[in-house]
Amino acid sequence: MTNTASPLDSGRVADPSKLIQGRTGPWEIVMGLEVHAQVASNTKLFSGAKVGFGAGPNEQVSLVDAAMPGMLPVLNKYCVEQAVKTGLGLKAEINRFSRFDRKNYFYPDLPQGYQISQLFHPIVGEGEVLVERDDGSSFTVRIERLHLEQDAGKSIHDLDPNATYVDLNRAGTALMEIVSKPDLRSSDEAVAYFKKLRTILVYLGTCDGDMEKGNMRADCNVSVRRPGEKFGTRCEIKNVNSFRFMQQAIEFEARRQIEILEDGGTIEQETRLFDAVKVETRSMRSKEEAHDYRYFPDPDLLPVELEEAWIESIRQHLVELPDDKKARFISQYGLSAYDAQVLISEQARADYYEAAAKGRDAKLVANWVTNELLARLAKDGHEIVDSPLPPAHIAGLVELIETNVISSKIAKTVFEHMWEGKGIMTPAEIVEQHGLKQVTDTGAIEKAVDEIIAANPDKAAEVALKPQALGWFVGQVMKATGGKANPAAVNELLKAKLGV
Amino acid sequence: MSDLTKLTLKAAIDGLKAKTFSSTELTNAFIGAIETANPALNAYVETTFDKARAQAAASDAKLAKGEGGALEGAPLGIKDLYCTAGVRTTACSGILENFVPTYESTVTQNLWDQGAVMLGKLNMDEFAMGSSNETSKWGNVVNPWKSRGSNAELTPGGSSGGSAAAVAADLCLAATASDTGGSIRQPAAFTGTVGIKPTYGRCSRYGMVAFASSLDQAGPITKTVEDAAIMLQAMCSHDVKDSTSLDLAIPDFSSFIGKSVKGLRIGIPDEYRLDGIPAEIDALWEQGIAWLKDAGAEIVRISLPHTKYALPCYYIIAPAEASSNLARYDGMRFGHRAEGVTSLTDTYELSRSEGFGKEVKRRIMIGTYVLSAGFYDAYYVKALKVRRRIAEDFTKAFQACDVILTPATPSAAFELGDQAKAADPVQMYLNDVFTVTTNLAGLPGLSVPAGLDSQGLPLGLQVIGKALDEGTVLNIASVLERAAGFSAKPSKWW
Repeated sequence: MTNTASPLDSGRVADPSKLIQGRTGPWEIVMGLEVHAQVASNTKLFSGAKVGFGAGPNEQVSLVDAAMPGMLPVLNKYCVEQAVKTGLGLKAEINRFSRFDRKNYFYPDLPQGYQISQLFHPIVGEGEVLVERDDGSSFTVRIERLHLEQDAGKSIHDLDPNATYVDLNRAGTALMEIVSKPDLRSSDEAVAYFKKLRTILVYLGTCDGDMEKGNMRADCNVSVRRPGEKFGTRCEIKNVNSFRFMQQAIEFEARRQIEILEDGGTIEQETRLFDAVKVETRSMRSKEEAHDYRYFPDPDLLPVELEEAWIESIRQHLVELPDDKKARFISQYGLSAYDAQVLISEQARADYYEAAAKGRDAKLVANWVTNELLARLAKDGHEIVDSPLPPAHIAGLVELIETNVISSKIAKTVFEHMWEGKGIMTPAEIVEQHGLKQVTDTGAIEKAVDEIIAANPDKAAEVALKPQALGWFVGQVMKATGGKANPAAVNELLKAKLGV
Repeated sequence: MSDLTKLTLKAAIDGLKAKTFSSTELTNAFIGAIETANPALNAYVETTFDKARAQAAASDAKLAKGEGGALEGAPLGIKDLYCTAGVRTTACSGILENFVPTYESTVTQNLWDQGAVMLGKLNMDEFAMGSSNETSKWGNVVNPWKSRGSNAELTPGGSSGGSAAAVAADLCLAATASDTGGSIRQPAAFTGTVGIKPTYGRCSRYGMVAFASSLDQAGPITKTVEDAAIMLQAMCSHDVKDSTSLDLAIPDFSSFIGKSVKGLRIGIPDEYRLDGIPAEIDALWEQGIAWLKDAGAEIVRISLPHTKYALPCYYIIAPAEASSNLARYDGMRFGHRAEGVTSLTDTYELSRSEGFGKEVKRRIMIGTYVLSAGFYDAYYVKALKVRRRIAEDFTKAFQACDVILTPATPSAAFELGDQAKAADPVQMYLNDVFTVTTNLAGLPGLSVPAGLDSQGLPLGLQVIGKALDEGTVLNIASVLERAAGFSAKPSKWW
């Protein structure tokens, strides 16, 4: 092994805690991802056929998609716009000139006998994505390119023991393939990058990010090396479509490669499949079996030449991106980086938060959204879009705290009622119905204070010597008032009466 | 009434408008002629006589009211490369032997929109790959022309051999054809007819079975240059369904017929004087030059230095595109599918092996080879560079001239079953030596009959124009046509 670094090597090294300990020492994962994201578009990339989930088999297939003789592709301008938008979101170079190429291979779910893709001149060039780790630190992943291509149809092998069925509904649907440079150094980083990419695309509205429907999936190019040494041989794990599977697939694959290397073997470059049931990767085809795709420019399509003004108008209408939103949440609302990150990680969370925070104590709203609402939703595997409570109710709850109608402690009780009631009653109505209003009437509090001091003369004497003992009296008063007494008023009265 | 089938398209349209005869009479005359001739000539692979009669009746109703399109009531033949809704379309390949499209090509739709009547589908080389019509699944077409004193059957040329033979033998008023490397102009030259390939993009390729997408272009084969102008007018259109179709105004082509050519500069390329070309071809070329000079045109020597690379360049690019275009014929959704096979690979291999003919397979293999890893740069990329040089040659030449005059073919029609050509495909490919350059450069080219050789067989001259300048091409061709006074017809032996 030499130390000559690959020109692709960014020089990033894994966090020492992320190195994998082998029998002979530590190993570092080196990896890049090729993410396939279905373009959010009502129609396909080169035909007017509809795109949609849930249609019956072969109901969304045009003559072009079925590759009937004499049929020709016509580029869908909206898909180009979506790709450009995504490129801008990835802070990437938008190529003024791009072109489509044919990738030739035979398969029953590929009617043309070739996939129209962009090998030689992709629409988007180099960019970068800032990725946050769970601990709040961040790192940059360089984007190699983004290109547009057609998806294939679906081969269904399990309907009949002797036949394969083909559904062409997906055939011709627009995909963006987003290729990263080999900048990832652990499975955690890969997942964090994949999540961040998904967040960006969903923000942009260029992909719905629905991984269950296969609308976002990744090929992971995994290799291992001794820390800091040159890149090893990579294996590509195809079509990973969940964060959990990605983590498992990479961990398995890295350990498999390490074992081979530690036994004195070499890694064969190959394509592998992840088996989610057995939690392992399996060889699909070796480099020798790899197809010769005979790429060449598609003569049915003209090159795509983009005008500066058009790109600029897309740039002008770009939504606020997650990184910008995070910075704004920190400065505008005074949130911690952590809270801001939690809130911006899903567009819907950020929108919910901003709706609730309007005119209220923004930090307090952030606490309620992140600590209570999101935590509660997460217990059932839900996200903010599933919330039974509208933002106005969180705002209402915070308002009750801010105006001393309830204490923070009582607020938790109120939240319980809100959650149970699934948003039918407003927080104010709940407080009214359950009589949870904070008591600020000093007369009522004073009466309780006097009674408790009178009943506990020893304790009262103790306070004079040990002011911390005051807390015991506060607790007693709160107990006596059913927790509704304003804690500040209680403290004040006690201090006065006990001469602290 | 004299034989209506002998009319030119122009004369027929005028006669229909003047109600000298009806479309039904005209159509029936052609049906009779086809029934008599087709067993001998094999020009039609599918006839649609019922449809033709119905269309003719509808046209007659319109004509009676003084209505109708530019081709109202005119019976035409359609090359089997054009998809025609409800009418079997095979591109004369076994792999599409039973294919009936549900859709209509844009070019044929344009013709029906103008009132044309469809007599049937015309024979061609399989997937338009051939220069003699011998690669057709349905057997070769026979040229209506015969050498003086010989009974040998001659090729009508290819790939649009059925179109050319049908027009020459008066089996339709005019025909659609298509040209990837000379497939309109060579058969026209071999049959004493006129054929024009317009600028790439003038006609929509939507619904035309693809051979080589960057070279394929529709065009007509007709009896006269004026007829070619009329047909081309009806065939051309901008079509959003074909990204390479041109969104440009289409001039009135007929207005160029017979215009003065005084002062027009005619380029004569040195590189088209090839060794081994029959003296008669050279003599005809000189005659053409003389006619144009007499008509007031200026003759300019020009150079197209990369001409000699055109054929090799063409035979890399066309098969490369074809190998990919023909991948859709996989036995899965339509077309021939091998029986009795169980594995996917066997289904592909046997379906394609049984469905495609020898020449098509040859070109698929050539195309696959030149696109393969390790060969792509040496062949395909190099060919694209040569193609650009060839186009640049024309751009430079057209600074010095307005049109270019060349022979259309290196020979007259040759005998069917020519052993030398069968044994050596390159011999066959040489047929396109004068025509492929315009496909590579995307330029309009026209073949006009200009005389007979010593055997009594027609010979054609080719006029090549600047991009989008079909008008001047038709203009020059009409002047040549008049000067040549070409009126020979094959004697009817069928």
